[in-house]
Amino acid sequence: MLQIDKVSKHFGGLPALSQVSFEVTEGQVTALIGPNGAGKSTLINCITGILEPGAGRIAFRRQELTGLKPHQISRLGIARTFQNLKIFPRLSVLDNVLTGLTGKGGGSLLMAMLRLPYLRHRERQLKLLALNALDRFALTDKADWPAGILAYGDKKRLELARACVSEPYLLLLDEPVAGLNAEETADIAEQLRILRSAGHTMLLVEHDMELVMTIADQVVVLDSGRCIATGTPDDIRRNPLVLEAYLGSMEATA
Amino acid sequence: MSDLLQFIFSGLTNGSIYALIALGFCVVNNTMGILNFIQVDFVTLGGMLMFTAVLSLSLPMIPGLLLAVVGVALVAMLVERFGLRPARSDNHLILVFITIGLSIILRGVIKLIWGKNRMAVPPLTPDHPVEIMGASVLPQALWILLLTLVAIALLSWFFYRTSLGLSMRAVASNPTAAAVVGIPAGRIRLTSYAIAGALGGLAGVLMTPITTLNYDVGVLLGLKGFAAAILGGFGSFPGAVIGGVILGLLESLSAGYLSSAYKDVVAFVVLLLVLFVRPKGLLGK
Amino acid sequence: MTGKEKLLYFLYLHRTGLTVTVLSLALLLYPLYQSNPYTLGLSNLIAINVIVVLGLALFIGFAGQISLGHATFFGMGAYGSAITTVTFGLPPWPAMVLVATLVGLFAWIIGVPILRLSGHYLAMATLGMNFVFHTVLLQWDQVTGGPSGFAGIPLLTLGSFAFDDEVRLHYLLWGFALLFLLLCLNLVRSGVGRGLAALAGEETAAAALGVNTQVAKLKVFILSAVLAAIAGSLFAHTYSYISPDSFDIFVATDFVIMVVIGGMGSVWGVLFGTGTITLLPEWVDFFETYKDFVHGGILVLVLIFLPQGLVAGLVDMVRVRMVLRRQKYASDR
Repeated sequence: MLQIDKVSKHFGGLPALSQVSFEVTEGQVTALIGPNGAGKSTLINCITGILEPGAGRIAFRRQELTGLKPHQISRLGIARTFQNLKIFPRLSVLDNVLTGLTGKGGGSLLMAMLRLPYLRHRERQLKLLALNALDRFALTDKADWPAGILAYGDKKRLELARACVSEPYLLLLDEPVAGLNAEETADIAEQLRILRSAGHTMLLVEHDMELVMTIADQVVVLDSGRCIATGTPDDIRRNPLVLEAYLGSMEATA
Repeated sequence: MSDLLQFIFSGLTNGSIYALIALGFCVVNNTMGILNFIQVDFVTLGGMLMFTAVLSLSLPMIPGLLLAVVGVALVAMLVERFGLRPARSDNHLILVFITIGLSIILRGVIKLIWGKNRMAVPPLTPDHPVEIMGASVLPQALWILLLTLVAIALLSWFFYRTSLGLSMRAVASNPTAAAVVGIPAGRIRLTSYAIAGALGGLAGVLMTPITTLNYDVGVLLGLKGFAAAILGGFGSFPGAVIGGVILGLLESLSAGYLSSAYKDVVAFVVLLLVLFVRPKGLLGK
Repeated sequence: MTGKEKLLYFLYLHRTGLTVTVLSLALLLYPLYQSNPYTLGLSNLIAINVIVVLGLALFIGFAGQISLGHATFFGMGAYGSAITTVTFGLPPWPAMVLVATLVGLFAWIIGVPILRLSGHYLAMATLGMNFVFHTVLLQWDQVTGGPSGFAGIPLLTLGSFAFDDEVRLHYLLWGFALLFLLLCLNLVRSGVGRGLAALAGEETAAAALGVNTQVAKLKVFILSAVLAAIAGSLFAHTYSYISPDSFDIFVATDFVIMVVIGGMGSVWGVLFGTGTITLLPEWVDFFETYKDFVHGGILVLVLIFLPQGLVAGLVDMVRVRMVLRRQKYASDR
């Protein structure tokens, strides 16, 4: 579904990504792991159009993504969450989820100002979708809270709800359980499993090995901007290169 | 020919003033990342303090000039410490808004103390025009050129030779790195305001004998200084100087050869053109 | 649900519509209770300012940019209407539409490059633009009348009904103000409005959700320019005389202060902010001397303590309080 083909990116001469290639298969969970500074965020930013890859191509459902703006990529059906939460603190929880449906709300400023009946109708439908998503992530009772005062774990779930509500073809999850306690992590893991069994395709960037190993179908390992291994969780666990580059450095820092 | 020379001289004079003001804008922009609207009132205040020092306190010219420049620098530090810092916000939109508010307040203070009338500030040395290659030049213009060069020299010395200046440049190029090596942010902000104030004040002291002085004389000069900073590339010190000189020349040449009615518009047309065509300016990164 | 709860829920659900209705009724009846032309004249001025500030509040609040040049669009509307009706003899209503369209085009042309800029160059660029405009008004006296202004602008009429006294103007101007208020309320409650709110909160996140950030900013900029132009046309036809001083940079700054008091992106706040700043000179005697302190002080203090603006900031605070109290109540039970 998503092909990443020899993507490279340099920042002022320093390579952040060099010749990274892999594929995200439809209906599967692909996990992207690697030590800090391995280029995971750079890759996500290249896929979502925040950065332009220096070389190589990224294709999504046979469409070239390179050169598209972030909003165009989003409208192709790629939704994402952010590593450092980007919710809208002043909007209510419900409105936050509704922003996830921006692509479906009609874009004309004039029409919006006139609030024609068809728009009101569509608005009601979108609201139902959003309420459904809130329900799935157990946020219904906080729907009219300003999102800024939610607890951290709730904010993480809210961001997930906002990304899922538009039923995107591909979900990019940038460290969905970072900073959460064991209970909250288990909660999110459960949600991710439900999403997977519902047939969602996901690209998951995560440090939590346990989560990655139990949920991923395919694991891609990045180290210093290079893709050093691709395979099933079991393959990766046994791959000496990975053990050296990644697990080794994990132990060294631990 | 002598006409042209005359225009070039007056362009250089005005250009130097714009350069001083532009430098003031750049210093604050580089250390705090904001557009400091109060800069325009530093210019007015410089002229006002000079007026008081020379005419009310009967000080000689040079001590008067020093008093005015130091005075504006002090006021600038007060403004930063008690006006801007309490906001504790790092949202630039809000900080810029606050500088707009502080600028309005400072203008109000000036209006209250010195009134709304136009005043004449005496030039540094008596007004006997000097003939230079057929162009008659006011001694004040020579003072402007000389003192601007001195100010630029001092500024370069500060930013390239002193440790505080070097750390301020470090902040400008990389805020996080600066925080890591432990440069106190408060002192840097205070210093940058002091420098901006001194530069603005100097511009005011030097220019008001030529333009006459009133409570909002700095607004127009300040806006032109900003245009100069943008023209040179906002944040670049050499750019600010070059931008100021080019703007001054464009202005006096267009006033001389085209029409003087729209003289003040030139700066803004240049500003808008630069923003449209090459937003990073001549020397911007 | 009990009857009381049902009623409260109904009120909550239709709060926007109900508030607009109540406001409209109050404005409809206002001239019956207040017939002093001076007071009505003041409230008419508020209506005109409301139209400008509505657009500006959306622009500042949603695009996160400061415009210190909206007096330009306001003035373009006023002088545009004056010139097209008096000099070219066009009827006022079509002239108004024509002028608003031209100003919108103008905003589009300057908006495309200007909104691409990062930082707050826009504040200075618009200030410069306003300065140029003011100078042109003063200097180009064959067309604009120069410093002595432009007189003899015709009144607005509907058939043979002329808007020639304060009461009639009250209905005309507040009719327009309410119309635009309603349109803006619709906008912020729509999907497009949520996209704009997202843009105001976090630009990268908004783009990732499918908001075309550049185009959205441009649209709001154009909208604000058109509203200011219409307000300008109404201003010209209301007073039949305009002069450059109504459109200088200090007027532009006042518009921004009205926005800050109302709150960034807050539609209801606009009414309060505009009302306060327009009426301040009437309430405070020593105001003329201390005008700068009051204006500057308001700007600085509001932003230090309530960075979202006075009304919007207070509303946010109340919302948070209410939620926290409800939560405490629920956990106590």
